Amino acid sequence: MLARILAAAAMMIVLGFVPVAGWLRFALYLVPYLTLGYDILLKAARGIKNRQVFDENFLMALATVGAIALALYEQSGDYTEAIAVMLFYQVGEWFQSYAVGKSRRNISDLMDIRPDYANIEQDGRLERVDPDEVGVGSIIVVQPGEKVPIDGVVAGGESTLNTSALTGESMPREAGEGDEIVSGCINMTGVLRVRTTREFGESTVSKILDLVENASSRKSRSEAFISKFARIYTPAVCGAAAALAVLPPLIRAFALGLPAEWEIWVYRALTFLVASCPCALVISIPLSFFAGIGGASKAGVLVKGSNYLETLSQTKIVVFDKTGTLTQGVFEVSGIHHNEMENAKILEYAALAESASSHPISKSLQKAYGKPVDRSRVSDIQEISGSGVIAKVDGVTVAAGNDKLMDRLGIAYIPCRSIGTIIHMAIGGKYAGHIVISDVIKPRAKEAVQALKAAGVRKTVMLTGDRKAVAQQVAGELGIDQVYSELLPADKVDKVEELISSKPEKAKLAFVGDGINDAPVLGRADIGIAMGAMGSDAAIEAADIVLMDDDPMQISKAIRISRKCLGIVYQNIVFAIGIKLACLLLVALGLANMWLAIFADVGVMVLAVLNAIRAMFVKNV
Amino acid sequence: MKKTYKIDVDCANCANKMEQAARQTAGVADATVNFMTLKMIVEFLEGQDHKAVMEQVRKNCKKVESDCEVYL
Repeated sequence: MLARILAAAAMMIVLGFVPVAGWLRFALYLVPYLTLGYDILLKAARGIKNRQVFDENFLMALATVGAIALALYEQSGDYTEAIAVMLFYQVGEWFQSYAVGKSRRNISDLMDIRPDYANIEQDGRLERVDPDEVGVGSIIVVQPGEKVPIDGVVAGGESTLNTSALTGESMPREAGEGDEIVSGCINMTGVLRVRTTREFGESTVSKILDLVENASSRKSRSEAFISKFARIYTPAVCGAAAALAVLPPLIRAFALGLPAEWEIWVYRALTFLVASCPCALVISIPLSFFAGIGGASKAGVLVKGSNYLETLSQTKIVVFDKTGTLTQGVFEVSGIHHNEMENAKILEYAALAESASSHPISKSLQKAYGKPVDRSRVSDIQEISGSGVIAKVDGVTVAAGNDKLMDRLGIAYIPCRSIGTIIHMAIGGKYAGHIVISDVIKPRAKEAVQALKAAGVRKTVMLTGDRKAVAQQVAGELGIDQVYSELLPADKVDKVEELISSKPEKAKLAFVGDGINDAPVLGRADIGIAMGAMGSDAAIEAADIVLMDDDPMQISKAIRISRKCLGIVYQNIVFAIGIKLACLLLVALGLANMWLAIFADVGVMVLAVLNAIRAMFVKNV
Repeated sequence: MKKTYKIDVDCANCANKMEQAARQTAGVADATVNFMTLKMIVEFLEGQDHKAVMEQVRKNCKKVESDCEVYL
């Protein structure tokens, strides 16, 4: 293509210095014209044959052939204009395919997480195999600098993993024996031996690639608008051009008694056709969305289609699920009160007494204690269901449990005003204080709620199955506007429906959950956002938008990315249609010639494409 | 039943036309063409022979846009 453009341009320059006239001149000029435009003419002819008349090939063919015919008729020998129109049109087409190809490549580079091979150890040597061929339960070796090809559990070695390609989070993550790791991370420091837990096709990296590659198959309303627009636009413009060529001369000749000036009006009509190409619009809108979705996935925000990006940009209400979204969903010891002995000592007793239990509460006690539990120090463990545990630790009777247990033992206790699960401790029959265990709010949750407000979200709502007191406290701390507590999973769907029906149609409602047991709600909301989805299939399936990281700040980031992308889309629509209409008007009034028309056409397209590509850069959004 | 096919086409408007043509093919419930990823996602009606339907889709696409390609 480029060769044809350059060859034709060179021929034109040479012809400019050759003084020939008449039919020889016509024949000579036909050479560059056909070099440039033979495919356009062929396509236009084929379009007519297939009864698909109105497309840009037809517009260009008609305009240039018309201009040449006019030059022959007037015997002016000025064929340059027609050829220049073809030249610029082809330059525009070439630039367009270059830009589209380039952004296709750029975006696939952004998502360059596809591992090419997996290392398998055989007879003490590493062998590279296709990740597809590795079965579940095989041991693969990941060396520093390599991508983890398949999800698995570390069976040996220690290292630091870079997850930024997956989550957009630049903090590296430590991995040691027994840790689960997901494919797509890059191993940075040490050699890891990994026992695979899935096949390659089921691994996180394959899932994500599949999702990103098939994104934007669901079209947004703006895209649908543009394809509809293009379908009416081209025939309408052709009709207008025909009217412009025929009506004014007829009116002049018959109604006003002036000379008809057919050449002028036919020329204007042809110019009108040149200026009218809808290319800029048609290409720039899907390109903007594609770039926006690509940029978002770089930031760890996976969007399943351009329609979701569009809806997200109109989000005015954000509904959160509490656990796992605003809080970490893991229980931690958050306070020890009214104790006379040291904190560490009371935790030691509690951890030992609860050592036989596998309850989350017991686990959080063990974690807070932080040392391995010596089971031989504990005897006579007595679990009292729904109340707590009584056991002998180092020969001393320790009771750990709730109010009921204390009542039962007849020990006076001090009630706690903190929110969470309270474990009263009685050691040797004497009250020793209580331990408060609660779900911990994510470190950036408060900031995240504020950032949402700053991003234009009007209302934030929190839904939780937790007790009212806990819900109120968390909501108060985070600055959430509205709270609904003590909800069963089914109630959450009802609440979301209630919220949807009470809001104006244009303000969209987004639900943010962790994808565990809130799939129905994710589906019911205008837009379902699942967070912390690394490795969770259910979340990836159910949500419209998947945040790879579990940082709640990502929500407002996603909204800002969508706003930017949609902003660009609207700019392009308004800009391209506006300039087009202005040009058409100038042409119809005879204020613009064919040169200006083709410049406007190609120029608008180039600017719109460049603007579209801007949607890819989301770093500082 | 949904299936994805690779396509080749060089302008966005042509991709729209292909989508339109594919949708109007008998045996196709819905079709989407994604110009940016050069893919066509076709949803077939129940009990249709995918191969035969896709041959027809390809033919119809060629009719509206002569230099497009659908890789079956």
